[in-house]
Amino acid sequence: MSTPVIAVDGLRFTYPDGTEALAGVDLHIHAGERVAVLGPNGAGKTTMALHLNGIHRSATGSITVSGLALADDTLAEIRRRIGFVFQDPDDQLFMPTVHDDVAFGPANLGLRGDELEERVTDALRAVGTEALADRAPHHLSGGERRRIAIATVLAMHPDLLVLDEPTSNLDPAGRRELIELLAGLDVTQLVITHDLGFVLELCERVIVMNDGRIVADGPTRSILADEPLLRANRLEPPPGL
Amino acid sequence: MGAGHAHALYVHEHSAVHRLPPHVKLVAGIAFVVAVAVTPREAVWAFAVDAVALLTVARVARVRLRFVAVRLLVVVPFVAFAFALPFVGGGATVDVGGLALSEEGLWAMANILFKATLGATTSILLAATTEVPRLLRGFERLRAPRVLTAIAAFMLRYLEVVTGELRRMRTAMAARGHDPRWIWQVKPIAASAGALFIRSYERGERVHAAMLARGFTGTMPELHRDAVTAAHWAGAAVLPSIAVLMAVAGWVVR
Repeated sequence: MSTPVIAVDGLRFTYPDGTEALAGVDLHIHAGERVAVLGPNGAGKTTMALHLNGIHRSATGSITVSGLALADDTLAEIRRRIGFVFQDPDDQLFMPTVHDDVAFGPANLGLRGDELEERVTDALRAVGTEALADRAPHHLSGGERRRIAIATVLAMHPDLLVLDEPTSNLDPAGRRELIELLAGLDVTQLVITHDLGFVLELCERVIVMNDGRIVADGPTRSILADEPLLRANRLEPPPGL
Repeated sequence: MGAGHAHALYVHEHSAVHRLPPHVKLVAGIAFVVAVAVTPREAVWAFAVDAVALLTVARVARVRLRFVAVRLLVVVPFVAFAFALPFVGGGATVDVGGLALSEEGLWAMANILFKATLGATTSILLAATTEVPRLLRGFERLRAPRVLTAIAAFMLRYLEVVTGELRRMRTAMAARGHDPRWIWQVKPIAASAGALFIRSYERGERVHAAMLARGFTGTMPELHRDAVTAAHWAGAAVLPSIAVLMAVAGWVVR
């Protein structure tokens, strides 16, 4: 099999206050997959995802991104390869204008001038928001902010897009536009979500986490049809399955 | 979400003044203000010429006089004490409507009023023709410490986020019957200020994580290089040149 985009082996993490957040996580994701991570609040989903790009560091376990092992000297390249879209766009979009926010990542990679502008334009075009380049993030709608948050990481040409609850706080039309946008992006995706309709429509594979462990991993339809499994993990089958 | 504030000082137009690179405008504005400040106070005609020059800039920039006049009111508290000078100043006095006013005091008052008005008008025009993010870029280009411009940029970005949070907390308090009228009802306000601080601190941590996730290494990257031509500098130099000329003339004919 090809080199996985993400290979996590034996990852454990304990918060400084002693709470064990990850109790041995193994996860492999291959190029082109769109994988959903489900589980109750506090299951360790976001904590696990924040390890993928080294925001959280753990002494136990290994993380490899497209064959490159996460270590101090590979951190910058790992963070380019993993595009992390945070749950609250107000956390993700911190620059005064949309343009500057999208330029922030590629500029940190050392791009300048025309090359940088090209990245910004391409990323904004990919999410359909070229016209918003000079606007301030706080003057945009929730859906626009979410799309621009995605553009900020697309501009870094990531191997894997990690999205933390991308459909939260979106109105139905904004959610629909987001689904269409993600369906059209040619990049491997890992989506943390509680939105099972979204999972059913977009993801072919589902991982269920609980208590810092992966308790199920399989094709979406079979997992979402397994009612006892879902109930045991504070989930419920989506309507219309 | 409170979209009004951000543009309270900016006039959306496409004039030659708007198009000037921000750092060029900053240099021109500062030079103009310095020249006005060193102009001798007796050269009233010099201030008149400076005022006409500024009004011409406003006209070219399509900034209406009313817009400038309303925002000029901000200087009133700062110059209020100037009106006391003719009464408390010593030396020779002149009779104005039956009042014996200090001549020295009158000159001092006029000096403060002229210079404060010209200076404030300059900054109003600068803000009216330059959006804040561009203004910050101008300061960066002039080698202002990147840490300071970054702090200003974050303040600009998060001011409305934090005031939004404060508004929601106050709504939540009001929804549960809190209606503060007296000083001894201040406790929930103090508690909410603490909660707001904690929330902002936590947001700061999340924003920092988001910055790290996109390769932040401790210095803000430089994102812009506004193309600057000799024509830009020449155009921007007109205003401060007039003021310098007036200042020199003022000292010569004195």
